[in-house]
Amino acid sequence: MSKMLLAEFAHARGLREAAEAASRRGFKLLDAFTPFPVEDVADMLNPRPSRVRVCMFAGGVLIAAMALGGEYYTAVFDFPYNAGGRPLNSWPAFMLVPFATGILGATIAGFIRFLFETGLPRLHFPLFAVEGMERASEDRFFLAIEAPEAEAERGEAVDSLRGAGALQVREADS
Amino acid sequence: MSVAAIDDVTPSRRFTLPSGRSYEKVNELVTSPLIKRKTWSWRIWWLAFAASAALTVIFLVCIVMIFTRGIGIWGLNTSVVWGFDIADYVWWIGIGNAGTLISSMLLLMRQRWRASINRFAEAMTLFAAAIAGLFPIIHLGRSLYFYWLTPYPNTMTVWPQWRSALIWDFWAILSYLLFSILFWYVGLIPDFATVRDRARSPRQRMIYGALALGWRGSARHWRVYQLYHVAMACLGVPLVVSLHSVVGLDFAASLMPGWSEAIFPPYFVVGAMYSGFAMVVCLTALVRWGFRLQPLITDEHFDVMAKIMLAASIIMGLSYLTEWFNAWYGGERAERSLVWFEFTGAYAPLFFAMLFCNVLAPQAFWFCAVRRSILSVFVLAVAINVGMWLERILIIWNTLSHGYTPSMWRLYLPTVWDWLTTFGSLGFFIFLFLIFVRLIPTVSMHEVRDLVAEEIES
Repeated sequence: MSKMLLAEFAHARGLREAAEAASRRGFKLLDAFTPFPVEDVADMLNPRPSRVRVCMFAGGVLIAAMALGGEYYTAVFDFPYNAGGRPLNSWPAFMLVPFATGILGATIAGFIRFLFETGLPRLHFPLFAVEGMERASEDRFFLAIEAPEAEAERGEAVDSLRGAGALQVREADS
Repeated sequence: MSVAAIDDVTPSRRFTLPSGRSYEKVNELVTSPLIKRKTWSWRIWWLAFAASAALTVIFLVCIVMIFTRGIGIWGLNTSVVWGFDIADYVWWIGIGNAGTLISSMLLLMRQRWRASINRFAEAMTLFAAAIAGLFPIIHLGRSLYFYWLTPYPNTMTVWPQWRSALIWDFWAILSYLLFSILFWYVGLIPDFATVRDRARSPRQRMIYGALALGWRGSARHWRVYQLYHVAMACLGVPLVVSLHSVVGLDFAASLMPGWSEAIFPPYFVVGAMYSGFAMVVCLTALVRWGFRLQPLITDEHFDVMAKIMLAASIIMGLSYLTEWFNAWYGGERAERSLVWFEFTGAYAPLFFAMLFCNVLAPQAFWFCAVRRSILSVFVLAVAINVGMWLERILIIWNTLSHGYTPSMWRLYLPTVWDWLTTFGSLGFFIFLFLIFVRLIPTVSMHEVRDLVAEEIES
């Protein structure tokens, strides 16, 4: 199993600088764990573009179309009802239901996609076993880089992380 | 403070006290009531809980009475067929709209001070919208048939009437309630993780851990999370506007003097935001005091919220003026007669009280000293809530008591059940809110950490 180096920082600034230094020196950044979003670091990880919003759009359009289709079918074919001479397909009056349910559909589709892309819910994760890791949700910033195979290089990586202000550097299974 | 001076101050410095400006301090302030239960005094909470539980029982008794005896126990009559039930409904749904509107609109406007208040504003939304949803059902008279609103294949071979505002209402409330639950929950996920990681008892770790879905603060996850959260906020604003417009159309889709399609939807949306902000101010003051959150919720929060309420009060005043002007300019007898009845009829004292609470009293917010005193902002916010309730009851009473046919003119006299239902629902709201503050982090910790970060990092 490959190893990773996990460096702990007290500030987002330290994390950012360490991530820049590590990627400049050719170490592979794996992930960062932070108590609030630190955007520059996420960009350095070269993440795959997220499809959350595409899914939300598709989910919204789908549900809205189903709602409008349902209204049309029931009002025009299955239960035609003359309400004061209004046309059976009173589409302007039909718009609210697709609009409201479409937004709900987009939200639910986005939530499902969010869970899919993040792999959550995953109640247990190997890193939770690392001592002190719980502070990633409180006040500490962690940077995970791939540990080089060679002993010398690994020492160099640890030194570079320490040099950037890491409070501790731990080794963990990745 | 001059404008230039405010511009120089960062949001972090302006909206937090030095004693709250560290990540650990934020966590400690918000989570200790949840985790360190033994050392935290809950006496006032229990007193409030007991009082609200008593009111909740009264509310349940009212509902049982309405189900068994019918809606005749209220002061309804053949002219004024809507009463406190629908006024309460509109009042609650207005408050229920504001939380999401405030939270998502301020997020999109990058008003970072929202971080300290958005959590309980959203909780307020959920409970208020849920209570609002009860009122149309209990007011139906034959409440057991409320499921006829849903489209389902049935032996009667009929489908809902899609042109009806009542059906729009059903879908709008349902969609909005489910949307609000998701919006609130997604905002909570990282905070549940914080509570999970700080909790010492295995039971708490398990419960909060499950609610956190295994959130670990990964930078990749944060990225998706933010995209999703902002996209939700973008959808939330039009949903809220459409929901309260539909509530306005519940009235305006009919043909009664004073219920005008041209003005009701926007007028209702502004009213919702206004009363909702007033309710948020009340809850902010109470939560801040009860949980000693002074370092995270400052005078500045009340100052900006007072400014928003001031702007809303002016728009409300403008709406009232527009209504009166159009009634006169339109020239229709019934419309003109209705406005005259508003000012001189049996409900006139309430009408003037409403104008005072909604338009006149909030003008005090022009003065900096008033905006910066939490007590005065709180008192005025309570007045606005009362005024907005009066507005809703008067929209119903005035029009229905003074319609097109003079032989139908009749007043509404509320019974004790009207009052018990109204205050019972208020008690039920407080009951739910107290349970919320006891179990769930009241402030969005990850967003406040982000807010104070600029101060810590520089």
